[in-house]
Amino acid sequence: MQIVKDKKIIDDTWSYVTDGAELVNGNITISLARWNQNHQQLLAHEGKLGLRITPNDTVDEMAANLHRIDLIELEFPDFADGRLFSHAWYLRNRFGYQAEIRATGHFMPDQVFYLSRVGVNAFSPEKTEYLPFVLSNLDDFTVKYQNSTN
Amino acid sequence: MYQYNEIDQTLVDERVAQFRRQTEQFLKGEISEDQFRALRLRNGLYVQIHAPMLRVAGPYGLFNSTQLRKLAHIARTYDKNYCHFTTRQNVQFNWPKLEEVPDILAELATVQMHAIQTSGNCMRNTTSDHLAGVCIDEVEDPRPYCEIIRQWTTLHPEFDYLPRKFKMAVSGSLNDRAATQFHDIGLHLIKNHAGEVGFKVIVGGGLGRTPVIGQVIKPYLEKKHLLSYLEAILRIYNLFGRRDNKYKARIKILVKESGLDNFSALVEKEWLLIRDNNELSDIRIDAIKAQFAPPAYDNNAEADKSFDQRLQENKAFATWVKFNTAAHKIAGYHAVFLSLKAPDSPPGDITDVQLDAVADLADHYSFGEIRSTHRQNLILADVTQSDLFTLWDKLDALSLATPNIGTVTDMICCPGLDFCSLANAGSIGVAKEINEALDDIDYIHDIGDLKINMSGCMNGCAHQSVGHIGILGVDKKGTEWYQITLGGSSENDAAIGDRLGPAVAKDKITKAITTILDVYIKNRLNDEPFLAMVNRVGVTPFKEQVYADS
Repeated sequence: MQIVKDKKIIDDTWSYVTDGAELVNGNITISLARWNQNHQQLLAHEGKLGLRITPNDTVDEMAANLHRIDLIELEFPDFADGRLFSHAWYLRNRFGYQAEIRATGHFMPDQVFYLSRVGVNAFSPEKTEYLPFVLSNLDDFTVKYQNSTN
Repeated sequence: MYQYNEIDQTLVDERVAQFRRQTEQFLKGEISEDQFRALRLRNGLYVQIHAPMLRVAGPYGLFNSTQLRKLAHIARTYDKNYCHFTTRQNVQFNWPKLEEVPDILAELATVQMHAIQTSGNCMRNTTSDHLAGVCIDEVEDPRPYCEIIRQWTTLHPEFDYLPRKFKMAVSGSLNDRAATQFHDIGLHLIKNHAGEVGFKVIVGGGLGRTPVIGQVIKPYLEKKHLLSYLEAILRIYNLFGRRDNKYKARIKILVKESGLDNFSALVEKEWLLIRDNNELSDIRIDAIKAQFAPPAYDNNAEADKSFDQRLQENKAFATWVKFNTAAHKIAGYHAVFLSLKAPDSPPGDITDVQLDAVADLADHYSFGEIRSTHRQNLILADVTQSDLFTLWDKLDALSLATPNIGTVTDMICCPGLDFCSLANAGSIGVAKEINEALDDIDYIHDIGDLKINMSGCMNGCAHQSVGHIGILGVDKKGTEWYQITLGGSSENDAAIGDRLGPAVAKDKITKAITTILDVYIKNRLNDEPFLAMVNRVGVTPFKEQVYADS
């Protein structure tokens, strides 16, 4: 499985652990709900930890633990749900989160320019054939009117 | 008016290239129908009954003659020789071909125009007072702030996928001509006790199927905080606005359901955290203001004697001056309304020939600038009194001098069932029928200030709920019916009209309107305007007559 990260196509090294499933070795992503339930156990995990958040989540909840998190995945249930754009903005600007923020799920390759401007630096599109579109769409505009996070 | 710099031009050029690529990908099947819909809407492109409809932005209603000629060219080359001015000061083409839209957008970009964010669930074109900068009741010219907001809203990365569309209006005068109380955010330039000018911020107003008068969220906001405050409101709306039901997704519902106090507390908390890093500098404001500097007015314009003489000699000219011109802050100048409400023409429509001619008239008589109004007319804002007679003559030859501005035949009307896929009933045909019934211009002038707004469906594009008389088309088992409301207003005395009674059938609507006018004529006190009478007597006397006749 490949993704775009920092404007390059790379192999994805993270494992997606569903709620209730056993943890696996290596770098794992878990839902914010699971993190909130037993983050003590998760902190003992040997690999890196990633959190998956959805539009309904409140990012304030995880602000205190962000230094332990190496990846935050924004899971788009629907490309029209713009709340994740504000979540990304909060993570970068309010909470100073420095590590990877990755868009996943049902976002459009045509949204990556805006996503990059609110601080998303990695993209795992719905279909592998979208990867080249993601890369080229990141350069749709060379000018902007607002401050950017990226 | 504002002239693009290199950044502005690059942005619209790159937007055209992006949409061209998106259209090609869609036609090749690389972008789904659903996704392309979201992308094309953000470039003003709807799919209507007969063909796509393209909505072009008229930034706060301001155009120059070059832009008008380009609109004429587009109407001729890509459409059926006409276009339509909307209630939000934009321009619509009703017959473009999907595959030609990127070319149309490229043409627009060559004259500093675009269709960015004229539809879709995003921040739309900011509207303003059509008499901005020339009216006599202005605190400060709102246009520089409109331009600052235009830039800030354009391609805003965080707020392009909002719960629903988002509209802002800015007024700088004592009399609100921009309907600021009926916008998602209304901004009103006001003076505080110290004499400094800032903004009163109104939030949560709106028309459509749930008309709501906005509430004041910030009685006075310093100018330097304009963008940070807008950002705070938009962020709270983006995060908390309802996304489960599109009819409850506008900010007015969020404000209503959470209560102004709670909503305002969330905004305030957010704003205090971003305010200091995002100030508008005086240098920035002044640089934009410089782009709206007054034109080179003739200081001696008032010395002309021909104007008074013409007024006395020519009754038709005097009538036109009375109804179709507005006072100007510079002595000897007038703002001239070009009526797009000729009796035989759909409200707001203009042909390519008229557009070219208006561009020439603007160059000759009004510093090359044209404005569009909320009531779907045009304005030449800076005409000397000595030019008025000649201009009237030329406008008359173009069918643009119908002396009906602000009268009962200056109707606002949506495209209705003839063009719009949302409509339940026709509106253009009804407007025509009402016009035909009111063929006596003296009677129209005797009725005076009366605003009829007519929409073909609940979405209320023609703002029927704030018409002095509002007409709303509804569908009853496949036939067209019309609900009537009385007493609405979008000005300082903002009000939502009261329902007269049950909807009337299509063949009865014109009679109902003429009956309402007759009741007014018979019962008004002296010079009492229609709206004042409705406010005094309520709907009952009208109701009795309208339903007695049917």
